[in-house]
Formats: sequence, structure tokens, C-alpha cells
Amino acid sequence: METHTLSQEEHYIRREPYYEAIGDEIAIFEAAYRNKLPVLLKGPTGCGKTRFMEYMAWRLKRPLITVSCHDDLTASDLVGRYLVKGGETVWVDGPLTRAVRVGGICYLDEIVEARKDTMVVIHPLADDRRALPMEKLGQLIEAGDEFCLAISYNPGYQSVLKDLKQSTRQRFVAMEFDYPTPELERRIVANEAGVDAGLAEKLVRFAHMTRNLKGSGLDEGASTRLLVHAGKLIAGGVAPVVACQSAVAQAVTDDPDMLAAIQELSASLF
Amino acid sequence: MAEPLTRTEIEAKLDVWLETEFTFHQVGPTARALCRLGRTEQDFVLDWIKRIATTHITLAFDFAKRAPDLIRRFDRRVIEAWAVHLCDTYDRAGMYAALEVAGQVGQFMRQRDSQAAGALFEDVAPVLANFVHGLTGRKLKLEQGEAVWSDGEKIVLPAIIAELEGRADNFKLAKAMVAFQWAHTRYGTLRADWQALTAGRADPARALRQFHGLETLRLAACLARELPGLYRDMSHLSALLEAPIDADWQALAAPLAEPGATLADSLARLDAACALADFPARCYQGELRPDAVAAARAARLDKEKARLRVKLADLAEEARKHKAESGAEPDSRFEVATDETDGRLDFEITLDGAPVAPPDDVKQLLTSVHLDFGAIPPEYLVPAGDGEYDASQYEDQPVDPDAVWQGTYHEEGALFYPEWDLGRQHYRKNWCVMREKEVKPVYDDFPVRTLAKYSALVKQLRTGFEAMRDENRLLKRQTQGDEVDLDALVEALADAHDGREMSDRLFMHMHRAERNIAVAFMVDMSGSTRGWINEAEREALILLCEALERLGDRYAIYGFSGITRKRCELFRIKTFDEPYTDEVRARIAGIAAQEYTRMGFAIRHLSKLLGEVEARTRVLVTLSDGRPDDYFDPYRGPYGIEDTRMALLEARRAGIHPFCITIDKDARDYLPHMYGPARYVILDDVGELPGKVADIYRRLTH
Repeated sequence: METHTLSQEEHYIRREPYYEAIGDEIAIFEAAYRNKLPVLLKGPTGCGKTRFMEYMAWRLKRPLITVSCHDDLTASDLVGRYLVKGGETVWVDGPLTRAVRVGGICYLDEIVEARKDTMVVIHPLADDRRALPMEKLGQLIEAGDEFCLAISYNPGYQSVLKDLKQSTRQRFVAMEFDYPTPELERRIVANEAGVDAGLAEKLVRFAHMTRNLKGSGLDEGASTRLLVHAGKLIAGGVAPVVACQSAVAQAVTDDPDMLAAIQELSASLF
Repeated sequence: MAEPLTRTEIEAKLDVWLETEFTFHQVGPTARALCRLGRTEQDFVLDWIKRIATTHITLAFDFAKRAPDLIRRFDRRVIEAWAVHLCDTYDRAGMYAALEVAGQVGQFMRQRDSQAAGALFEDVAPVLANFVHGLTGRKLKLEQGEAVWSDGEKIVLPAIIAELEGRADNFKLAKAMVAFQWAHTRYGTLRADWQALTAGRADPARALRQFHGLETLRLAACLARELPGLYRDMSHLSALLEAPIDADWQALAAPLAEPGATLADSLARLDAACALADFPARCYQGELRPDAVAAARAARLDKEKARLRVKLADLAEEARKHKAESGAEPDSRFEVATDETDGRLDFEITLDGAPVAPPDDVKQLLTSVHLDFGAIPPEYLVPAGDGEYDASQYEDQPVDPDAVWQGTYHEEGALFYPEWDLGRQHYRKNWCVMREKEVKPVYDDFPVRTLAKYSALVKQLRTGFEAMRDENRLLKRQTQGDEVDLDALVEALADAHDGREMSDRLFMHMHRAERNIAVAFMVDMSGSTRGWINEAEREALILLCEALERLGDRYAIYGFSGITRKRCELFRIKTFDEPYTDEVRARIAGIAAQEYTRMGFAIRHLSKLLGEVEARTRVLVTLSDGRPDDYFDPYRGPYGIEDTRMALLEARRAGIHPFCITIDKDARDYLPHMYGPARYVILDDVGELPGKVADIYRRLTH
């Protein structure tokens, strides 16, 4: 097996990622990028936000540095910190700093999960200052024209405690993502999972059934990503109902009644 | 094994339990029959007679007469289920119904046998309700009834489906029945003009049955296309249960299986169908109930028309705001394109030619209207004019709790909670009828007065609670962290210099302790708190809120009171999401003594509310002045204590920490039993209440 080790700033996307545009999001993103505006991607999980970022990074030919935010992620995790090496302290840049230095695209996924102090470094980067304060070094890095900040958040399920603040969201060009239209979704599933059009159509119908359940027991219906997973399993020889159960139903809920109901739905369809 | 009881011994017990001195029940024959049984059987029967007698003596006597015979014939588990069923029936429908159930004991036992393999409504409903919501169309509810039918808003299933031998097959049948009833709505059967359908027919009932036959064949073909997996199950069930459909019917129905076939095609063949033999009913087809369908539709049409038009007016208004900026003159013409390809039912709305993204509720309404008409009638798309509809015409009105109590009694809109019956050693299902009510706010100087009265204490509480607040601590000498710990580094370097091993704990880490607590305060508003206690409770709450605001914990305050099980009331003083405003203060000032101290329902309801709050630790604090009690009801005494204890156990099982603060000096007799040791505080003096409550809470959550 061959693996490649790349530093984050070398992570150029060389092959065109498969991406089907839902609307005019590509034009909007490019316009925002040209005008040095930061971008906010909203939308349910698995609807293609990350893939879109990869695609744009490829299109704009910039390295993509992705940070998945979690509730322990602090400002130092983004900016950098001192480490001890051979008896001396050495400064090590964090991913955000690296992106600013090389003029890459920094994509902060699920930004609301991060600790509140991260906003201190994001805010000055996200308005017309476009500068990253590095408190511990006593420096300020001005971002070049090529740097781009993008964040994502899912307005669907986060608790009220983790809502994105107005002071943050009003700095960004916001783009809403949703599940693709059935025709498009069918094409995506067929293309990504390598299944025929008939099966892709059934999978999309199954996804719509689970999306009908949103609000009456499910927090969210099956995402396009889950459909692709199910499609891959089926293409690999797993029976459709079993594939739907393990790739989709088990992924969206733990409730036994709901699991049984989804199983009945897929069993009715296939 | 213990010796069997003698007839005299048994008679003596029955005399007491059944109060034969007053009721003149003849217990002799029962005692005679029972004395021939072994001791285990005797104990079992006697235990149940005693338990039922706490519900009703006549019912217990009836049970006693039948029990000796039953115990010889049936399993004890089954008899127990029957006894519980008897008591439930009595709770729900009274003595007459319970005695009727007692008379049908044989039927119950037989049914019980079939239940082993049958699909019980209570088991299948949660799954099938979600199943049917997953299918496109109106969100149909599932209800229990005596037959299988649907009125287009709900699907009714019987309590048990046991036509087949295996449990899996019975479930499949239940699922097919539900899907088939859904298909009636989805594919337009329920849109039929019922009067025209049977008008002029010699035998209207038969015509309806034949029509249902035609539709059954059409819908089965629809399902075969849309849900092939389900259709396979349906065919399998048909093969098990019924004869194949004869050639005449097949010939007549063949065109109905075409993809484009509609209700009209079935209606066109009705004359021919009436000339054929009776349609051999399919096991999954259920019944058609035109009256129920028409009634539900009549109630729905105007309301949905109004709702849709009001929503469209909102959409138009929004669009107008946008347009006003660009200066164009709006005229608000909505058009809807329906997308029905591949079994979908989706709508695209355009306003003056420009597409509008319809919100989910508008889509739901369009779906429902489409199902009623097969298209969206143009008059439904005219946005409502100003004041054209009054909200009561299209909104489900929340029931005013007071009006409900005052009118002829009914339980509409109330929540039901079970209650633990000590005598029966079993829950009484849906026993407490509970409603949340508002406390009428009283805007006076009470909050200000209280803060002034306890100003020294308030200051102390504020600083005390401030100190507990989300303390961020800098942890030194960590293996990982945001910054280098210079002290540790210097030491480590010195160690390295001396040739000793260097520590790897060289960093400092900022630890952010997040207090993640939700607490519900349950305040006694019973009549006995009138006067001093009420005053002390209100003062305590003002001080408590003052302190909690410093702390940042999420908290709710509810007052409880009740008179009999039919009128259990929880008074909202502050909900979890509500900020601490002047209105909340005014509600605290407005807390007034009400009726009695029924506690179980309040604990159960607040546990439910606590469960819905996202928090790592959940606490339920009760402020009370005495033992559980209710008006002329067995709730006074051990019954109430045991029910409260059970409710607390349930809460604890749900991960809630209950705690009680009381001023009842006798509470030591029952509180340890109810709350467990160290889960309560007894205050000797009412005057201590305001000063202590916040402090107790601080210790509790420290």
C-alpha cells in the first residue's frame, strides 16, 4: 500500500472532484473570492458542503486546509502554539495561520462546535481588516489576496446554546445548501456509488421517505452521502434492504421503533 | 411448603376484605372452593382479592367467585393480566363495564392465547405510525378501534390482528392494512362522490362493497408499482388466507391495473361489477366508511382553504417587500405546478411568474388539498385579503383550561399520567388528568420589598453564587496545553542538565469547567400553605432566582396543586427557556394557595420536562409543607406516599436527582422512605425558608 504524507499547505486538489451544482453557488463563491469576502455555508449534514469546498479549491487552484471543529477546539489550536524542542521553545503555526501564510482556503467545518474564544481570531480575518492577530507572538499577519476563509454550520439540529452569533454571521456571504433535486440526486448517487439509474431512483425515493419523517421522530432525514454509502454497499453485493438498514437507518437514529419503521419502508420499496 | 389455609381461616380474611358485615356478600362458597387448593394457589388468589378490593369490593367479590375455577384451568400469569384488565376497565368505564368484562372471562382467556402470535396494536402502532409518515401525503394518525378503516385523517386498526399463525405474518398483515388505508387517501378512493355512487341502486350497501372491490384491485396495482416489496408481502398473505380472484373479476379489473387508471375508471365499471358475484374481500382491504370520510372532509376543507390562503398572503406580503425596493408593481398571482412523476407529490409555486420556495407547512397544505381534489382549485390560490378570515376559522384553538373545567366535564387537551396504586400493587393507567395553567401575575412591590428585607443576605448570596460560576482554572504541568509552563520547563531543563530524566509535563492548559445543570423547582401551592408559608415560599423564590441568575443554571419553577385525580394542576411560574423578567417576578408575587397536595403527577410531568432539557445534570427540588394529600380520596396516607415514592423512583431511573425541602416537622416519618436518606432537608421554622433555600441549592450542586 502506498500512502502520501503532505503538509496541509501542500494539499492542492489535483483531480477535479465530482460536483453537481445545485444553483449558482459556484458563481457566488467565485465572486466572493475575487472580492475577498469570507463565505458561510449553511445546510444539513451530508448535502455536499465539504465536496463543494474541495471543488472550489480545485477550481481556484488553492490549497484547502480543513479544520473540523469540536467543543475543545481553542484559538491556539487554530493559530498555533509554542512547543518545546530540545530544550528550546519553538513556535508552531496552527492550520489557520498556515492558510493565511500560503494564501490558501481555510475551511472551518461546523464552526459552532468550537469554543467561543476562537471567534477572537476569526472576526478580524472575516471583515475588511483581513488580518490574523497572533497574540502570543505579538504579531499580526495580513492575509494576501488569495487567502479565503469559509465556515460551515448546520442550522437544523444545533441546540440553542450553540447558535451562531449575529456578530459572526453578519460578516459572511452566506450560501444555503439543501438536498439536491430528485433528478440531480439520482445522478449523484448513480455516479458516486456506481449503481444503475433504476436503483439510484429507488434510493432517492427511500431518502425522501426518511425526509418525510423529519420532525416526527427523526432530527434529520437521510443525506445524499448516506445514499451513496448504501449504493456502494448494494453495488458490492449487499441486499438492498440490509444496505439501507446499516448505511442509512442505523446512521440516522437509535430509536428501535424508528429503526423498525425505516426497515419497513425500505422493505416496501425494494 | 406451608400448610393450606382452612376454610374458616379463609372466610375470616374474606370477611374483612370484602366487609361482609355491611355488604352481605356470601363468601362461604368461595372459601369452600379455595380451601381445597394448595397454599401457593390460595395465596395467589387471596392476594388478588385483597388487591382488587382496594379498588372496589363488589369487583373483588365477583373475582373471588370466579377465581377458584380459573386457577385450575389457566396459567397464573394470564389470570393476573385479567385482574389488571378488570381494574383498568373499572378505572376507565366504571363498575358496569368492569362486571361485563368479568362476565366475558372465557373470551379474554381465548384472546389471550391468540395474543401470543397476534400483532397487538400497542406493539405495532409506534412502528407503523412512523412507517405511514414516511410515505408521501397527508400525515395520517393511527388509532385503535374495532375494525380497519380510514377517514382520510386517521387510520383505525383493531386492538389485535391475529388472522395468521405466525407473529411475523400478522405484523405483515397489519402493515399491509395500514399501507392499503394510506393508499385510499393517496390514490383518490376517498374523493368519491358517495351519494352519486349509491344513488338509484337497488342495494346500496352491496354497490359500495363492489365499488370497494374495484378500488381494491386498482390500489393493489398502484402499490405494486410504488412499493413492490410491500406488494410481494400482500400477495403472500392473500395466498395464505383467501381464494384467488375469479376470471370475471379479473377481466373487469384488468384495465384498472394500468398506470394511468383513476377513480373514474373504477366508477365507470361499477354497473358491470354489480352484475358480477360478490367481490371476494382481500384480507388487507379493510372497510369503507363514507360517513366518516365525508365528515372529516367537511371539517377539513374550509379550514385548509383559509389556512392556505392566509399563508399565501404572507408569502405575497414578503415578496412585495422585496419588490417595493425595486419599484415594480405587484399583483400577487400565484400558480402551482404539481410534480407527480415517480410517485412523488411535490409542488412548485410561482408568484407573478417568479418561483417562490414554499415553506414546509405550505407544502403540507398543498399536499392535503391536492389529495382532496386531485388538483389545486384556483380559488385556493387567491391570497386572503386583510381581515377576510378571523384566526378562529383556521387555527386550532388552544383549549382554555378553566373553560374546560367549568363546562360539562371533558378531558380534551389534558395530559394523562398514571398513578401507582398501593393496594393493587399496580399502576392505574391514565389516572391523573393534568393541565398546565398560568399564574396570574400580580404587579406589586413584593419583589422589591423582599430584596430590601433581605438585602444583607442577597449580597452574600450573590457573591457566594458568583464564586461557583463556571470557574476557569489554569491547570499547570500538563502534557498538552495552550502555553508552555515556564516553571516546569526550567525545572525540567535543570533536571536534564543534572542527567536526570526530563519531565514531559511542560504545558499549561486552561480548563473551562462548564456547569451544565438544569433544575426544576416544584412549589407546593396547596391550601395548607395559605398565610405565612406562602409568604415564605414566595420570598424564598425571589432570593433563589436572584442567586440562580448569578450562577447561570437553567431553571424552571412550577407550582402544583390539585383536587381529585380529575383536576391536577401545575402552575407555570417560569419555564426553562424564559428569562427572569418582571413578569416572572410578578407571577412569583401572584402565587396563591389553591387546593390539595397531590404530588405524583407533578413529579412525573416535571421529570418529563426536565428530560427534554439538554443538560448533564438534572435536579428536581420540591418545596413542600406536608405530606401528599388530596380531598376525600385515598391519596391521604400510605397511598399518596407510595405513589409519590414511585414517581420519584421513576424520576431517578430517568437520571434526575430529586431533592425535597420541607417545613413539616413530622416529615421524618415519611421523607426518608420517599426520597431516600440525605435527599431532603427539614426546616424547623418557616422563617428560615427564604434564607435557606438558595443555600441548600448551592450545597446540593457544588
